[in-house]
Amino acid sequence: MDSRLLGLILVFAPLSLVSFGGGQAIIADMQVQVVEVQGWMTAQQFADIFALSRAAPGPSTLIAALIGWQVAGFAGALVGTLAIYVPSSIVMYGAIRWWQSRADSPWRSALQRGLAPIAMGLVFAGALSVLQAAQVSMLQLAMTFVALGCLVFTKIGPYPLMIVAALVFGSLQFV
Amino acid sequence: MTSAPSAEKPSISLTTLASVFFRVGMASFGGSTAAFLYREVVQTRRWMSEEEFLAALTLSQVMPGANPVNMALYVGSQLRGGVGGFVAAFGLVGPPFVVILILGGLYARYGGSPVVQAVLAGVVAIGVAMVLQLGTQLARNIRRLVPAIIAAAIFLAVGVLNWPMIPVVLVMAPLSVGFELYLISKAGNG
Repeated sequence: MDSRLLGLILVFAPLSLVSFGGGQAIIADMQVQVVEVQGWMTAQQFADIFALSRAAPGPSTLIAALIGWQVAGFAGALVGTLAIYVPSSIVMYGAIRWWQSRADSPWRSALQRGLAPIAMGLVFAGALSVLQAAQVSMLQLAMTFVALGCLVFTKIGPYPLMIVAALVFGSLQFV
Repeated sequence: MTSAPSAEKPSISLTTLASVFFRVGMASFGGSTAAFLYREVVQTRRWMSEEEFLAALTLSQVMPGANPVNMALYVGSQLRGGVGGFVAAFGLVGPPFVVILILGGLYARYGGSPVVQAVLAGVVAIGVAMVLQLGTQLARNIRRLVPAIIAAAIFLAVGVLNWPMIPVVLVMAPLSVGFELYLISKAGNG
């Protein structure tokens, strides 16, 4: 196998297995590996593609695709993406099977009820951390709260709002 | 993968599963996957209860792996077994994979385009609104005091005080589950 592809697997697969808490948990280690240890790109390049992966749709761990592309083109993007998702997915799938096999036990019902408020707290925490991020502009904040009003008080769904937001923000560039 | 977890499991085609996760994947800007999934899976299609969805969300966040992908694996395999999990995860990640490579290519060739950046900033704002809406929706559905206190404590610790999530969850989850076990045993004895 191409040694660059092997390198991608050796860097991303272990990170995948220790990404407890999600992708953001491994970004710092990923940067150390990619920039300092492997020398695949500069710190500035890493910062640029990190911003891109946050702005683009989908999980922010898709940064692995951009790193893979930089290292070995399309094959690298594919291998990098698989290496970041497959190992953790196998572990998660095992946990799901265990969880489902206990569907009828009283433990499972207590677990389910007990875990729900944890997720609720984490949803609020996640929303707050996005709002606190320095890159959020006043205009974005205003758009967010107008959209929130529409979502809560009207029947307007998120997709029309996204089109409107894209048009408004895009056209403001030409004013 | 024949172990049916619930008796009245609705029969959902793999095509439907793929198209739902395709849409969620392409719409989930600004970390809003859970909010879009809640809308599709709990509110619109009623594939699972809010409680089960939230338990799955906690599991997805604590386990290794990207939370959206873990959620897709859970919902997909709950509805259609292992194949469903694969289809959901692939539907979620595949299209954004193509999009991010295109954006990366444009970025490498032309540098950051202000228009593209502005458009992305606009849709991210809607993603944040979706997360906030999920928050208000969940808050409205809290009916009991102890879970409300636990949710508030998690928010305070992780969101406001920025304590690391995993240790906080590892302390709070046994307390929360223990409380529910206590309620169940009390109901069983009484």
